[in-house]
Amino acid sequence: MEDMDEIVQEFLVESHENLDQLDRDLVDLEQDPTSHPLLSSIFRTIHTIKGTSGFLAFSQLESITHVGENLLSRLRDGALVLTPDMTSALLAMVDAVRAVLRQIEETGAEGDDDHTDLLAVLTALQDGTLVTRDRAAEPVEDRLLGEVLVTQGAASEDEVLLALSAQDVGDDRRIGEILVSVGDTTPEAVAAALDSQHEGRRSAADSTIRVDVGLLDTLMNLVGELVLTRNQIVQRAATRQDPDLLRTSHRLNVIAGELQEGVMRTRMQPIDTVWSKLPRVVRDLAVQLGKQVHVRMEGRDTELDRTILESVKDPLTHLVRNCVDHGIETPDVRAAAGKPVEGTLTLRAFHEGGQVNIEICDDGAGIDPARLRERAITRGLLTAEKAARLSDREALNLVFTPGFSTAETVTNVSGRGVGMDVVKTNIEKISGLVDVQSVVGQGTTIRIKIPLTLAIIPALIVSAQGRRYAIPQVNLLELLRLDAASDGPQVETIQGTPVYRLRGRLLPLVDLREQLGLPAREPCSATHIAVLQADDRQFGLVVDDISDTEEIVVKPLGSLLRHLDVYAGATIMGDGEVALILDTTALAEHAGVLAEDAAQRSTTDESDQAKRADHAAEDADRAQLLLMSLSDGRRLGLNLDMVDRLEDLQRSAIEQVGGYEVVQYRDGLLPLVRLDRVYSADGADRFADVGSPDDRLQVVVCSHRDVLVGLVVSEILDIVDDELAVRSALGSGGRYGSVVVDGHVTEILDVGHAVGDLDLAMSGPVSALTSLAVPTAAEV
Amino acid sequence: MPAQYCTFRLDGHLFGIPVETVQEVLQQQPMASVPLAPPEVAGLLNLRGQIVVTLDLRIRLGLPVRPDGQQTVGVVVCTHEGTVNLVVDQIGDVLEPADDRFEPVPQTVPASVRSVVDRVCTLESELLLVLDTDRAVTTTVGAGAS
Repeated sequence: MEDMDEIVQEFLVESHENLDQLDRDLVDLEQDPTSHPLLSSIFRTIHTIKGTSGFLAFSQLESITHVGENLLSRLRDGALVLTPDMTSALLAMVDAVRAVLRQIEETGAEGDDDHTDLLAVLTALQDGTLVTRDRAAEPVEDRLLGEVLVTQGAASEDEVLLALSAQDVGDDRRIGEILVSVGDTTPEAVAAALDSQHEGRRSAADSTIRVDVGLLDTLMNLVGELVLTRNQIVQRAATRQDPDLLRTSHRLNVIAGELQEGVMRTRMQPIDTVWSKLPRVVRDLAVQLGKQVHVRMEGRDTELDRTILESVKDPLTHLVRNCVDHGIETPDVRAAAGKPVEGTLTLRAFHEGGQVNIEICDDGAGIDPARLRERAITRGLLTAEKAARLSDREALNLVFTPGFSTAETVTNVSGRGVGMDVVKTNIEKISGLVDVQSVVGQGTTIRIKIPLTLAIIPALIVSAQGRRYAIPQVNLLELLRLDAASDGPQVETIQGTPVYRLRGRLLPLVDLREQLGLPAREPCSATHIAVLQADDRQFGLVVDDISDTEEIVVKPLGSLLRHLDVYAGATIMGDGEVALILDTTALAEHAGVLAEDAAQRSTTDESDQAKRADHAAEDADRAQLLLMSLSDGRRLGLNLDMVDRLEDLQRSAIEQVGGYEVVQYRDGLLPLVRLDRVYSADGADRFADVGSPDDRLQVVVCSHRDVLVGLVVSEILDIVDDELAVRSALGSGGRYGSVVVDGHVTEILDVGHAVGDLDLAMSGPVSALTSLAVPTAAEV
Repeated sequence: MPAQYCTFRLDGHLFGIPVETVQEVLQQQPMASVPLAPPEVAGLLNLRGQIVVTLDLRIRLGLPVRPDGQQTVGVVVCTHEGTVNLVVDQIGDVLEPADDRFEPVPQTVPASVRSVVDRVCTLESELLLVLDTDRAVTTTVGAGAS
């Protein structure tokens, strides 16, 4: 049953229903033999079954229904008038069809039941040549019982045939009775056979009912309204001193919640219904291309809304084909690259808040962003200048541009430059997102995020300029309220880039009003910040006010406003007002918080630290820079990616271990590197330490090869987006070069070089120091 | 049988839309504005639990902005973009002009109006501009889609 083709399964369910209808119709028809509507309906049903069975190559079923259809067509046309014989024969045909269907359901094949008698009877009736016995049709059913007995081993085929021939020569008893009477089988076996005959007929049809999706939609909407009403009631009840009302509202709360969940589930189907077809697609394609591909699936039972499932079917198939065609290399190429000959295609699905994530990963060749840039230029989609300014992340997403293809050769599978853009369009149609991440030589991951458009999700309600906005709780990390009056840390607006030092970490701030193009906020006593997660970044969203968390019903905005990607949808609040739901990722993107490649951000694997540093070097000309100054006024820039925290330490906290300066820091020791000393132009005395113990030291904590290191600078100046800076190759050994920021020459710092000395120390005799105490980056 | 048109007024002009595309007519409703949306988007309306985009037809058609405080009426229409609420000045009668009264849009009609008007119907006293609702709700909105 499990591996039975889905179409067949649908056919069975549908046919069982139709047959039940046929039973009723035929009986009705007997009362009103000339009823044209009834005859037409019966004819249509049989015709449908015939058509489908022909399509599915169930020839036996087709021949039975074909003969029945002939008879019915003559009845319908008025050439014949229904007689009880005909009704019986038609009913027998229905039973025969049922029997074959049951066979198909149990074994997947039609079986080899012989229906020639029935066919003969039906044909004869149609020709008007038959003078029938009363129960002309019954042997069919009886023989079927015989079949069951044989398959169950309760009687042999010979015994059944014998009993049947007894029937043919006038024995009026049913076949079971005959067999029992001659001792070939037991009454229990016959009863069991009858049961199984019955069960087999019903199993597919009885466990499910068909419900109009429109009805489910209506139910879903009603439940949504109920949830909103509940919110209102619960709110009101909480303000009144009425324990009874409170209790009732609690109960309402619980019931509404359960109802909501139940109704949602009626529309859900596991993603496997779509996935189950993919291994075959992959296999065929792989064979055709001479590749070896193994398909792995994770989260097959992840459920999503039926309509959404429908709409991701084609995009998914396309993406999977693409992976096999472009992503995974031929066995010899793979072998040469030291990979297993067989490529792996991993399909992963999981729920994350109100969204379903689907990932399609291959361990193939990956996509080279440089090649994409090149391709975009040669195809005239981008100017060289523009292409160069794209981050790797943006470059990878070029594959979704219409008219873009990176396949070296156009195959009949893909490479014509249509497809990926269609995939994107289709995913976006259901308010989904598609993103591609790739590491050259290691593979590509395409991630699709689809919202459950009908989902009810918990959300934080914030306001800006008197309007309420909802932020999905899943994106929310924490809430901050900064009192202007208190002497705690405040928002620092350094040259237009507002940041907040949240526990020493730099949190970029995004003003909701600014992002929505609303007039700027009046200065007020407190700043409300919602710390949000967008992809792999965190940022603080500055809002006018923060109210409560509420369950909201996500409603689509409609195609007219779909292009406004900062909104994930809209919802109706308890008081009936419409509130927009914010899309944090889009907000972050618009505010430029996501400019850098998220793939690089997400590589938190410790082993990737070095790679990350390399990447930082490559991309140093585009990154956000932390600007610092040395005591001699020179400016240094450090890629913000490398920066873990900014600390403000007291000079007296510094201790000496093995000739190196350390501070106790987060349950460990943080080695300090004084950049003044490392980079002083005149090689000043390394150990000169002027100043009083009360002085504060500005320390930039960054991670270097899994270890945290504190860089002591004289001042932390600013954070700048370096895109427009003028670069020069000038620079001394340890730096990646110089840039001009705000008219100042700024040297880009290479942490590896700066702490090089310390590295030596770490591997040298004092290594005990580091191994025992230095907190690793992973702990932070 | 001649087609029936639901009529309404915008800046004095008489417009009509096929009556079968009209779902309902609403009094002026409170609405949630949508920051960043095109100017003709007047906001979002809660229509018995369904969220309906509301377009101000005056702005959409490039007609003079409505004086402050003037009452409006919402005409909820079914378009291929879904259900949309169109804000108009006044609602009129349902008319059933004879088929032979329809003509192509005259060149004197402003281009911004002409682009969404199917044809005109010469009534006794004035012109009835037949609005193509599908075009009225698409042409500028969403054109700037990213």
